[in-house]
Amino acid sequence: MAHAHKLEILRGLIKFKSNTQKIWGVLILLTIVTSVEVVLGIMKPEALIGHFLGMKILNWIFIILTLVKAYYITWDFMHMRDETKALRRIVVWTAVFLICYLVFILLQEGGYVDTVYKSGFIKRDF
Amino acid sequence: MGATVNSNDEHALLDGGPGPLGATYGKMMMWFFIVSDALTFSGFLAAYGFSRFKYIENWPLADEVFTHFPFLHGVSAPMYYVALMTFILIFSSVTMVLAVDAGHQLKKSKVAFYMFLTIIGGGIFLGSQAWEWKNFIKGEYGAVETVGGSILQFVDKDGKRVALHEFAKVLPGEREQLTRDKGFWFTEESSLPTYTVAEVIEGFKAHPDVLIRTEQIVKKEKVTLTREESLKRIEGTKYVVEGASLIRNEYGHKLFADFFFFITGFHGFHVFSGVVINIIIFFNVILGTYEKRKNYEMVEKVGLYWHFVDLVWVFVFTFFYLV
Repeated sequence: MAHAHKLEILRGLIKFKSNTQKIWGVLILLTIVTSVEVVLGIMKPEALIGHFLGMKILNWIFIILTLVKAYYITWDFMHMRDETKALRRIVVWTAVFLICYLVFILLQEGGYVDTVYKSGFIKRDF
Repeated sequence: MGATVNSNDEHALLDGGPGPLGATYGKMMMWFFIVSDALTFSGFLAAYGFSRFKYIENWPLADEVFTHFPFLHGVSAPMYYVALMTFILIFSSVTMVLAVDAGHQLKKSKVAFYMFLTIIGGGIFLGSQAWEWKNFIKGEYGAVETVGGSILQFVDKDGKRVALHEFAKVLPGEREQLTRDKGFWFTEESSLPTYTVAEVIEGFKAHPDVLIRTEQIVKKEKVTLTREESLKRIEGTKYVVEGASLIRNEYGHKLFADFFFFITGFHGFHVFSGVVINIIIFFNVILGTYEKRKNYEMVEKVGLYWHFVDLVWVFVFTFFYLV
C-alpha cells in the first residue's frame, strides 16, 4: 500500500523525515502542552485570574490548549491530515457546529438559573 | 489517502468496493460513529457545565477532591495523578498509531508488538481509573448534610480540614443496619456511617477549635463560619456523609459525584470496550488474518476508535479537573 503522509506540522515549521518520526514529534508536543496545563493548574498564577470576555484568562488558556491537543490527536494520530478535504470538513464542522450550539444553550441557561437564584425570589427549586 | 483498495482485493469488493471521499466504507462508518459518540460526550460535558453554572457559587473545588497519589499518604498532590493518567493514555495512543504505521508497511510482528503495548497501556489506565474511583467513593474527611441539603465540612482555626473521627464523640447505644432479613423483606438500607448525627454534634460542641466550612465560594475559597455561627448551623444536621455515592457525597453538591461517576464511568467503559476490541484485533494480527488480506486497515479502524477515546479524555481532563 503506497501511502503519502504529510510530514510537516505547525504549518511547515517542523518537517519530519518519516511518519514514525512525526508520531514521536507529536507526542513530545502533546506532552509539553499537558505539562503546561498541569503546572498552570497547580500554581494558578495571580496574573491569570483576571477576566477576559466573561471568563477567567486561565480558563481560556486551558480551553485553547485543549483544542490544540485535540487538533494534533485528530490530525496526526487519526490521520485527518491525510484524508481528503471533503471528509475532513464533513467530520469536523458537523461536530464543531453541533457542539458549539449545545454548549451555548446549556451554559447560557445554567447562568440564567444562577441569576434567578441570586436575585430572584426563588431560593432553590429543583 | 486512506487505505488504497486493489481491484483484485476480494475482501474490499465484498465491502462494496472503494468508498467515497478516498476512504473505504468501513473507515467512513467509523468516522460516523465517532462524530455521533463525540456528541454524546459533549452532551454529558455540557450538562456538567449547565449544573456547574447553575450552582457556580457552591460547586466543589476539584483541587481539593482529587488530591491522592499512589504511595504518598497524607500528601496533598492535586492534579498529578490525573496528569499521569492523561500521559498514559496519550502514550498508548502513540503505540497504536505506530501499529497502524507498521501495518501500512505490512510488518506483522511489529503491528502485534505495538498492539500489545497499546492493550497494556489501556489496562494501566483502567486500573488507575479504578483506584481514583476507590478514593472518591471512600472519601477522606467526612461531612454532614443539613435538612436543607447543604454539605457542611469541618476545618480547624487555620482552615485545615478536620476529619470526623478527630472530634466525633462515641456515645453509648447501638444502631443496627436494616437488612432484608430483619424487617420487611423489601426494606433495607445502605451501610451506616461510622458516627451517628448525635455523636458528631456532641463532639463538635466539645471541641471549640473546630469550625464549619460551607459550600459557598467567595474569592476562590470556601467560606468558613465563626464558632457561634457554626454552633447554630450544626443543629440542622440530618445525615453524616462519608465518601460518595449517587445520592450524596462529602465533597459538596450532590450532582458533582453524579457527573463524576457518569462522565468518567462512561469514558472508562469506552476504554474498556477499546481494550476488548484491541485484544480481538491483536489476535487476528497474530493469526495472520490481515497478512493474508495484505491489508491492515482493520488495525487503522480500531486505531481511530482508540484515539477518539484519548481525545475525549483530553476534554474530560480539562473540564472536570482543570477549569
